Amino acid sequence: MLENPIKPHACEILDILPQTETEWTFRVANDRPVRHGQFMQLSLPRIGEAPISASGFGSGYVDFTIRKVGKVTDGLFSLQKGDSIFLRGCYGNGWPLERFRNKHVVIIAGGTGVSAVKSLVDMMYNDQSYAKDLHLIFGFKNTCSVLFSDDLLRWKNAASFHATYTLDAEEAEGWQKGLVTDFLGSIPFASFGGDYECIVVGPPIMMKFTGLGLLTSGVPEDHIWMSFERKMSCAIGKCGHCRIDETYVCLDGPVFNYTIGRSLVD
Amino acid sequence: MENTSTYHLQADELDALFAHLEEQYLVYAPVRIPSGGRYAQTDSVLYRPVHRYEDIEYRERSTYPMKEVLTPITQTLFYFTEDQYQESKPPAKDLLIFGRACDINAIRIQDQIYLLNGGVEDPFYKRVRDRAKFVLMECAQQFEGCFCCSVGANVTDMHAMAFSFGERDAQIEVSDEAFRDYFSQAKPSDYSIRFPEENELKVNYPVIDRMDMANRLKDHPMWREFDDRCIACGSCTVACSTCTCFESTDIVYTQNAHIGERRRTCSSCMVGGFDQMAGGQCFRNKTSEKYRYKILHKVYGHDARFHTGPMCVGCGRCSARCPELISYPATLNKLSRAIEEIQPEEVAHHA
Ligand SMILES: Cc1cc2nc3c(=O)[nH]c(=O)nc-3n(C[C@H](O)[C@H](O)[C@H](O)COP(=O)(O)OP(=O)(O)OC[C@H]3O[C@@H](n4cnc5c(N)ncnc54)[C@H](O)[C@@H]3O)c2cc1C
Ligand code: SF4
Ligand code: SF4
Ligand code: FES
Repeated sequence: MLENPIKPHACEILDILPQTETEWTFRVANDRPVRHGQFMQLSLPRIGEAPISASGFGSGYVDFTIRKVGKVTDGLFSLQKGDSIFLRGCYGNGWPLERFRNKHVVIIAGGTGVSAVKSLVDMMYNDQSYAKDLHLIFGFKNTCSVLFSDDLLRWKNAASFHATYTLDAEEAEGWQKGLVTDFLGSIPFASFGGDYECIVVGPPIMMKFTGLGLLTSGVPEDHIWMSFERKMSCAIGKCGHCRIDETYVCLDGPVFNYTIGRSLVD
Repeated sequence: MENTSTYHLQADELDALFAHLEEQYLVYAPVRIPSGGRYAQTDSVLYRPVHRYEDIEYRERSTYPMKEVLTPITQTLFYFTEDQYQESKPPAKDLLIFGRACDINAIRIQDQIYLLNGGVEDPFYKRVRDRAKFVLMECAQQFEGCFCCSVGANVTDMHAMAFSFGERDAQIEVSDEAFRDYFSQAKPSDYSIRFPEENELKVNYPVIDRMDMANRLKDHPMWREFDDRCIACGSCTVACSTCTCFESTDIVYTQNAHIGERRRTCSSCMVGGFDQMAGGQCFRNKTSEKYRYKILHKVYGHDARFHTGPMCVGCGRCSARCPELISYPATLNKLSRAIEEIQPEEVAHHA
């Protein structure tokens, strides 16, 4: 029999790196291929499954940055290095890397949304000739909810990166105060000669207003890419939970071009 | 149909046939369950394994659809311990399933989701589907709310045999070679099996061929009445021949045990929680939005993905099961009118 596509496999937790009180990165042993922007289903027997984006990956491991919000994620937070969690996947289409090559790339992310682009940003950090340059606007609620502090610093200092980091309602050194949408005007779209792509990921309301803000800045719809989050159970196009009309977010997404994403009405 | 032969069997021969079939097949058919119905003293007609011809209830439509045999309301996918998930056992025998033309046509839609969608075959569906053959039940009479002819689900060729039922005898048409041998001693007949040609109920099944039309209809006032009328119980989708959605749940045998099962349970876009994400966020909060989502999936979403027309076989079970007496055909007719109203507006707008 062919491999059962929904059978979870036990994988060892190699390390746990707390980011905030409620958001930890779990480094888990993994040999399966992962693409930037894909997700896996994490199982805890007795409790259930949750879809989680790969926030990083490398030889022999995959990282998940998980917010503690309910049954499965609570269960995950009670585990320790050396314990097992069960994985299946990867699933989803991931970011369209070829579209970003040799272009100016703009990434606007909010909260846990940053984990869905972290591996992509790192890829462009490690190969700074991949894109012409990278413009980041990353927003968090306050200093307590900041993820990947060390990485944020590293990225800020990269020669071809232009990073703006924001806090919704708190003053802090190195941080702008306001919502990510307040800083869209700082991106020099006019200087890009049309040769750019924008990536937006975060809570639905943030993605909606960021999309509209980009259009106002004159960004053509087909230059905008978003990662959608919907309720998921099977991740293989069977259970129906993630469906919007003819679109299955688990199969056709989670990454959508704005020309498609804007007409997906739940 | 080409290459079919028909036989006329009497009661004793039918019992012998069923005994013979049971050597290889688990035979499923609708069976009358006394007083198992929704109201006191009403029987249910449910799919069960049958052993004799007379076990089959052919005079009435089954209360729940045939899909239950392939995708039970609840089934165990995996048994787990602390260190592994182990697949549940596949069926021990081949399956022979009795159903009407609509029921058999609904399997095509189940196949599209479980076998084709996303190019991934669901292993738990495939392992039963591969071993299943169908026996057509001729509809000598029709039932309240049948409208198979309005959606082209009145005819099928996906069956291995077809039965025309009599009190003490049956006419049986055999089209699958694999069943020919069972009838080597049987009396040939020139009876020909008939499909329903017309239903009393006629539905103007809506056609939506573009996403912007579907999106326009989402804001239409026609859905509002369902906030008051529909109680979002999900009975319509559980009873539906073509609905496929499910939930996965882990259960443990005792409080502390580290062993248990991962189950797949029939679910419904009509019930709360179906689209609920972390933080309690839902996309369709109002009942009218849930109902609109269900209807537009059947009319538009499935067709837009698979290009095979309605995700509906006109079996009438949804309306028959609705405790609020909501008529699905009436909704369809209203939707067709709404589309007709929008279309000329658009033509005028583009002119
Ligand atoms: C493609 C994708 C990528 C994601 N990536 C991440 C990530 O990188 N990090 C992260 O912390 N979270 C991520 N999520 C969200 C994460 O899946 C949910 O927070 C998680 O499923 C909640 O599970 P729980 O059992 O802890 O919560 P529960 O106790 O089950 O419920 C808490 C809430 O979460 C909802 N929920 C349950 N299951 C799901 C589900 N499968 N999908 C969405 N909501 C659900 C429940 O309806 C409830 O409202 C992602 C979701 C998707 C769809
Ligand atoms: S929608 Fe109603 S009539 Fe159509 S297949 Fe489902 S239960 Fe039958
Ligand atoms: S239409 Fe009827 S059966 Fe379906 S959810 Fe509403 S009340 Fe329940
Ligand atoms: S998660 Fe089951 S269909 Fe997409």
